[in-house]
This record gives sequence, C-alpha cells and structure tokens, in this order.
Amino acid sequence: MFLAHIDSLQASIFSSLAILSLLLTFVMLGSHWLKNYVYAFAAQSWLIAALSASVGYFSGYKELYAIAVLTALFRGLVLPWLLMRIVHRLNVKREIHAVLQTSSSLVIGACAVMFAFVIANHMSRQQQGAAHVVILALTIMLAMKFLGFLMLSVRDEAISQILALLVLENGIFLGSQILVPGMPLLIEIVILFDLLIVVACFGMLVRFLVVHAGTTSSRELNRLVG
Amino acid sequence: MAQELLSVLLLAPLAAIALSLVSRSARIAEYATVAAGVIDLLVSIPLLLSARSGLIIWANQYVLVDVFGGWVIVCISIVYALSSMYAVGYMRLLNEDGRLPAFYALFSGFALTMLMACVMNNAGVFWIAIELTTLVSTFLVGFEREAESTEAAWKYIVVVSGGISLALLGTVLFYWGSSFVLGPSYAMTWAALRLSAPKVYPPLLLISFLLVLVGYGTKAGLAPMHTWLPDAHSESPAPVSAMLSGALLNASMLGIARFLGVVTGTSVSGFAHAAVVGFGIFSFVIAILFIVRQTGVKRLMAYSSVEHIGVQALGFGFGGPLGIAGALYHMLNHSLNKSLMFFGAGNAMRAYRSKEIKNIRHVLKIFPVSGILWLLGAIGIAGAPPFALFLSEFTVLRAAMQGSYGWVAILFVISLIVVFIGFLSHFRAMYFDEAPDAEIARLPWTAWRTVPMWLAFLPLLVLGLWWPHGLWNLFHLVFLSVTGGSQ
Repeated sequence: MFLAHIDSLQASIFSSLAILSLLLTFVMLGSHWLKNYVYAFAAQSWLIAALSASVGYFSGYKELYAIAVLTALFRGLVLPWLLMRIVHRLNVKREIHAVLQTSSSLVIGACAVMFAFVIANHMSRQQQGAAHVVILALTIMLAMKFLGFLMLSVRDEAISQILALLVLENGIFLGSQILVPGMPLLIEIVILFDLLIVVACFGMLVRFLVVHAGTTSSRELNRLVG
Repeated sequence: MAQELLSVLLLAPLAAIALSLVSRSARIAEYATVAAGVIDLLVSIPLLLSARSGLIIWANQYVLVDVFGGWVIVCISIVYALSSMYAVGYMRLLNEDGRLPAFYALFSGFALTMLMACVMNNAGVFWIAIELTTLVSTFLVGFEREAESTEAAWKYIVVVSGGISLALLGTVLFYWGSSFVLGPSYAMTWAALRLSAPKVYPPLLLISFLLVLVGYGTKAGLAPMHTWLPDAHSESPAPVSAMLSGALLNASMLGIARFLGVVTGTSVSGFAHAAVVGFGIFSFVIAILFIVRQTGVKRLMAYSSVEHIGVQALGFGFGGPLGIAGALYHMLNHSLNKSLMFFGAGNAMRAYRSKEIKNIRHVLKIFPVSGILWLLGAIGIAGAPPFALFLSEFTVLRAAMQGSYGWVAILFVISLIVVFIGFLSHFRAMYFDEAPDAEIARLPWTAWRTVPMWLAFLPLLVLGLWWPHGLWNLFHLVFLSVTGGSQ
C-alpha cells in the first residue's frame, strides 16, 4: 500500500493540494458571479491534475501521468470553455436571488466540513501509517459532496447547478487520486469522458429551457408539483 | 453460443439506431426499432437459459451474464419490445414525423444502455452504464418540447446526476476498502468485492453501502429520492414512460441488489438489509399518500411505480429465497403491468387531450376493448387476484412473516388495502362517473396501440394463475448467485 510509507514531504504536498482545492470550493460558495465559479472550477481542476501527477511521481503508477494530462485538458480547459459559452449565451452574469446570504452559506459550509471530518475520522480508524493524509482525503471528499449539495440547493441558475454537480464529481476524483491510485486506468478515462458528455447534454438542455420554458432559474420551474 | 446471443442482443438496438439515423425516414426507424425489440426479446430468453448452467464471463472479466442479470435483461427486453410497438401507434399521433428518426435512435439507445448495464461485471463500469441511461433518456423525457416536459427533463437530469454521484463515491469507497484485502490494483468485479467484503473495516463497508443505496436508489425512484420520477414519467411520451418505469427502475434495482449481495454475510449485513427495507416501506407510504389525492392520470401511474419499486426493495431487503423470488417475480409482473397501464394512459391522454383525471370520463365509450384491458390492468396493479402482481406481493409478504419484520408486514398489508381503494377509486371515476356530454372523437383504430396491450395483459393473467415451477428454480439460482451461496 503506497500510503503506508510516504514521507512527510509527500504528505505535505498532497495535503496542501487537497486543502487548496477545498478552499476553491469555498470561493465558489461565497461568490455570486458566475464567471468566478467557472474560474474557480478551472483552477480546482488544475490542482487535481497536479495532485494526480505528484501521486504518480511518488507512487510509481505511471498511468496517473496520463490521467493528469487528461484532467488538465478536459476538466481544466474544455469544460470551463463549454461552461463559459453557456454563460455568454445565457447572458446572465450573477445569481439574482439569494436563498441564503453569502455569509450564512459559508458558515453552513464550514459546519459541513467539520461533519465530514467526524465521519472520515470514524471511517478510517483501522488505518496504520499516514493516517492523517487518509483522513484529510476522506474529509475533503465528503466535504466537497456536502458543499456541492449545498450549492445545488441554494442556487437557482441553471449554470450554477451544473457547476455544483461538477464539484460533486471533482471531490470524488480528488479523493480517489489519493486513496485508490491503483484504480484501473480504463475506468478513470471513461469517467472523464462521461463528464464531457454530461456537460454537453446540460448545454443542450439549457438551450431548451430558454426556448421552451422561458427561464433558466429553477425558482421559476414550478409547473410540476404533487 | 451464449456469446453469439449476447452479441445479437446488443447489436440489434445498435443496428436500429444506425438505421434510424442513416435513413432519416420515420417509417424505417419505426420498423427497425420494433424489429430490434422483438429480436431482443427472442434472444433474451435463451440467453437466460444458457446462463443457468453457470456464469459466463468475457472481455477481460468486464462482461458477465449470470442468472440475475439475465432475468433483468428479459424484463427489459419485454418492455422494449412492447413499447416499441406501442410507440409506432402513439408517436404517429403527435404529427412530428420529421423528428421521429431521432426519437427512435434515442429510444433504442436507451434500451441498449440498460441492457449493457445488466451484463457489466465491474462496479465502476456498471456506474457508467447507469449514468449513460440518464443522459440518453433525458432527451426522451423532454421530447415533446413543451414547457412542462423541458422542466421535467431538467429536474430529472439534475436530481439523478446528483444522486448517482453518491453511488460513484460509494463505489470508490468499496474499491478502497477492498484494496486492503486484494492489493492496490485489482478488477472490481462483483465476485471480488463479495470475497473481500467480510475482511473490510465494517464502518467503512456500511458507509460505502449506504452511499451506493442512496445513489442507485435515486435512480430506482425510492422515496425520498423519488422526486424526479413523477415529473419525468408523466411528461415523457407514453412509450418512454413505460420504458422508464418498466425497465429503467429494474436496471437500477439490479445495482442495489448486487451490492446488497456483496455485503450479505458480513457483520453489517443486518443493518444493510434493514436500510433497504426502510427505504422500501417509506417509498410505499409516500406513494400511497400521493396516489390517494392524485389529479393527473400519468402521475398516478408514476406514483404507482414508486410503490412497486418499494415492494421490490422490500423483497430484496427481507432477503432469503422467498424474498428474492418475490422481488424478481414482481419485477417481471410490474414490467408487464406498468407497460399496460402507461399504454392505456397514453391512449386516454390523446383521446381526451388532457392529463387530468377529472377530464377523462366514460372511458368505455371511447375505448370499448382497450378500455376493458386498461381497467383490468388497474385491478391487477392494485394487487388483486387473479393477476400476477398479487402472487408476487403475497410472496414478499410471506418473506416478511418468515423473517423478523412482522411490523413491516402489518404496515405493508394496511398500505396495500389503502392503495387498492385509492387507485381504483380514480378508475371508478374515469369509467363510471357522470360527466357533461362533451363530444370526444375516437382515435383512429390501429393494431399498433392495441396489440401491445393484449401482449402485456395475457401473460399477466397466465402468470397470475400459474407460477411455473421452472421460475422457482431460476429464482433459487439467483438467490444463490447473489449471496454467493451463503446465508
């Protein structure tokens, strides 16, 4: 097991990259400008790519380099570009309605991270070796889940919902680079590719929403109830 | 032999997709889809029979045909064949011939992704296949391009993508947990997960399972993650509703049951089964509350799907040979019965030009024959004998009595009675209530809309009167394969 014998330098590189990604999630949570979301998402993807590459370097899984390149390319460039196109086409610059004040959503987000830590701590009690890196990876994986769902529930704009879903996936991807670097390459590549299709589908649906429902805000999508 | 059967099973919808897209002709697309559906149905049964004599594994362990997967393939193929026939009659009513090739391509693509999910031997690839079903079916849900259907499609893709990402997290955690036993790199086959599960740290195993349960439960429509389901099922064209309800829910249930099989025999097995039972009974109760006060005819069917997926979850959750047999029999019967119900609802919606129950009156005047089939189907789906759902629900109930779930059994029986009254009172209103004499034009008769209803109804009646002994043996084999022979 590669995590069982990593030295403190490696541990601190992995930890800082993971923590920076978590911080970027808070940037997304705290901002109302759609452009900032996309930039933060792109930066987060580059961090994950750097993490893949560094895990690949230290652990000897050469295929992680390929994943790092693909992550940077797909998540870091193509997806943000697609998202920016949607933002421009929709001509919405920011969230209009705030279900929660920025400050309160940040506080709730912080509580979510603490909760994630408690669960992660509980789950990895049998770990020997670099337990703190494992707990950190699990915490961030779960925290990004919670934050993604939080964004999904307090944001109305279609594009923010897409981004929230992408944050959900980024969290899993980030955690899996540290926890299971040996996961078969095929699966990771297919998941990356899958993401591209997801965003393309969302892009088409957003266009339908504008044309047929006349709105891209989930607040106004209230025809179907009961 | 089995390899050829599987290739045909997957190539037939693929050929239908290609023909639909290349020909750009609505008629060719229709017939190609019907042909693919019928071929799949004919191939799926020998495939299941050949899987009976042992697992069939190919493609570097990525593909597996076992009795369980084969059974779900049969259920999906039945719905695919029936609803592709019905689609011919129904979609012509929409007068959108120009877009029909795209519709049929998506329709076959939807079937193809579900069939692929059933033969995946790797938990990660299974996730991808289920995710693909969402992407393809989203555009089918939004096909009518009205405000409501677009809204339903949007809610569908957002809720389901969010939910299924939990299943991905759970899958990654399963992989991580087993990597302590099997080493850092291994093929995540169901068998490998099951072998290593007893040695995984129990809290980790439990959290992984719960994440997977919630994730695939979202896709299967278990309450409280069912919120997308009534919208998507009611706003999509009727044949698509039948596919969503009769086929897609089964494919997702397959994932839940396989993971449940993985944790069976470990120290968290009891809690995991209780969680599945909990979701099942909660879905049941929620569905009933909405069925009783429902105003839309297709939403009524959609909540009935939530109810029946709840029954399946109960069957798998109770476990044991009896519970699994009940759940599997219910899967088949629900696929048949719900297809029949959505076909009838589609006919009624087109004739009365309304989705509201209150606008649909004197159905028998408009549909003298298919109206009777629809009514009998409603009696069947409410769980009354002599139709097949009665037998399977009764078996699930017996499984509850045998296990330690007596209180669930009581709740289950009460709910079944409520749903019987609630569901059929809507049908009484639609068939026998007084109504203002509005002139409703009869739809032009076509065999395409009537024959699939007969084809769904007759087996339902036969299976209700006679549970073939071969099926019992088959279900027992599934029980052994899911639990790895241990209990």
